[in-house]
Amino acid sequence: MSARAKREAPGPLEYLRRWPLRAWLAMVAVFLYAPLITLMVFSFNDSRRNIVWQGFTLKYYEKALNNDSLIQAFVNSLTIAALSTAISVVLGAMAAFALWRFRFPGKPAVDGAMALPIVVPEICMGVALLVFFAKVLPWPQGLPWPLDLGAIIISHVSFSFPFVAVVVRARMASFNRELEEAAKDLGASEWRTIRDVVVPHMGPSLVAGALLAFTLSLDDFVITFFTSGPDTVTFPVKVYSMVRFSVTPEVNAASTILIVLTVILTAVALRLQGDPAATHGAHGADKP
Amino acid sequence: MEQSWKQAKAVFAGALGPPLFWLVLFFLVPLAIVWAYSFGQNVGLTEISFTGTFENYARSIEPLYLKIFAKSAWVAAITTFFCIVLGFPVALAITFAPARAKTWLLLLIMLPFWTNLLIRTYALIAVLRTEGYINQSLGWLWNQGSGLATLVGLQPLGAFTPLELLHNNFAVILGLVYVHLPFMVLPLYSALDRLDRSLLEASLDLGAGHLRTLALIVVPLSLPGILSGVLITFIPALGAYLTPDLLGGPDSQMIANVIERQFKRANDWPFGAAMSFMLMYLTFIAIAAQGLLSRKREVRS
Repeated sequence: MSARAKREAPGPLEYLRRWPLRAWLAMVAVFLYAPLITLMVFSFNDSRRNIVWQGFTLKYYEKALNNDSLIQAFVNSLTIAALSTAISVVLGAMAAFALWRFRFPGKPAVDGAMALPIVVPEICMGVALLVFFAKVLPWPQGLPWPLDLGAIIISHVSFSFPFVAVVVRARMASFNRELEEAAKDLGASEWRTIRDVVVPHMGPSLVAGALLAFTLSLDDFVITFFTSGPDTVTFPVKVYSMVRFSVTPEVNAASTILIVLTVILTAVALRLQGDPAATHGAHGADKP
Repeated sequence: MEQSWKQAKAVFAGALGPPLFWLVLFFLVPLAIVWAYSFGQNVGLTEISFTGTFENYARSIEPLYLKIFAKSAWVAAITTFFCIVLGFPVALAITFAPARAKTWLLLLIMLPFWTNLLIRTYALIAVLRTEGYINQSLGWLWNQGSGLATLVGLQPLGAFTPLELLHNNFAVILGLVYVHLPFMVLPLYSALDRLDRSLLEASLDLGAGHLRTLALIVVPLSLPGILSGVLITFIPALGAYLTPDLLGGPDSQMIANVIERQFKRANDWPFGAAMSFMLMYLTFIAIAAQGLLSRKREVRS
């Protein structure tokens, strides 16, 4: 063993510095990323058959951007995500606040019911909403955009606001109730206390919850598939119907745009909240 | 200490009312209707009468469908197994990485998780299909090999036959592992991160090797986290619709595909409703089993 290797010999628990683990990590990274990266690279490939590299081109981006139905689907997806996120954050924060602050009869039942949309298989929720919008509340056809997306937005709120509630409630665990009492002692009304003391404390978790709701909505295929009509196609549903026919470079181009968008959103999210370790572990979230 | 709802009734009603209303109207009511349908019968094309029959459930446990249930559970179990095998070393590496590397590694695992499911599935199709990247690369290697063989005076190899990688059970399992790996890594990481490191160091100091420490100390101590990772992977894999639909062949149908067919094509809503409630019951059984297992461990320790 050379002197250099000896100096850098890994400590007992520095697993990351041992080669078998490094090799394993590299393998997993290839497994996770190789398909996505080839997809992105071949969106620039000047060949219809999409396999052998023929030279650089942007023509499939041009094609994808000129494909009106694809653009419409993309705009629909973003609209649905934005609106359902806004509603989900409000409902989720209210639910988290109520469950954090009050004790009331039937609380375990409400707690359990709130967790249901998180655990129920997507397909069950999808068919339930399909039946609901077919039999109980038929969504009127031919409404002006974006009202025609109402059924999908409602469905998306139903599965995302409980996630927001979970995130916000975890954050509220670190709230010092004395702050609330102090505000009230100083003469603040109930509403003023909530607005100026409780909501600011929720801050980071509202951002995290909103990002979660936005991604969940943008990502959803199954539930949208069951609640969308022929005129209300979202991006995943559109890609699904395109993929069923064939694999085309146009889909590659559209997917690349969405992947880049995801990466940008993730980067923004990390900027806003610091490192992912802080938001994913339950610890380290208590800095003001 | 929590406040009693009676002390601030208006605030309580104002905060809990809207979310609860939404949950009941747009989630519980739809589920209740499906539940009612599962005891109904088709009369006419669109009419369904609630007759209180158990016929739909009886049909759902006929051998044909029982086999699909068993197969779905089996596929989900294999998926979970591969996710643990692949994900455990990754979680271990992240746990003991220095802070900076930890952030990047977590990002590495989470970025695909944030990427659209359909795009990820589509990417796999592009890799696996007959004219996909794997078969193209293999074909190229085969031709080079064939050229090399003629060069050294051997018979050229026969024509390359592409591997059938898509539209079979292999593709479904690969796709499910691909999609669900982050679900496994994150809970594993948060369990391992909570471990008391001095216990590991003690074990290593006292002469146990890394593998022995892993098997006798790390795994037993992080078992609750492993169990929750198993649950978080197993449940969505069991109800997977998109992956078997796009990557699977005619014999790789899972429960969700059967349910979809009843609602969208076969138009047999009562039977579809019964199937979807069977899936829900299976899910709840899995959750209850996990809860019981972790409670048992708590009692013992």
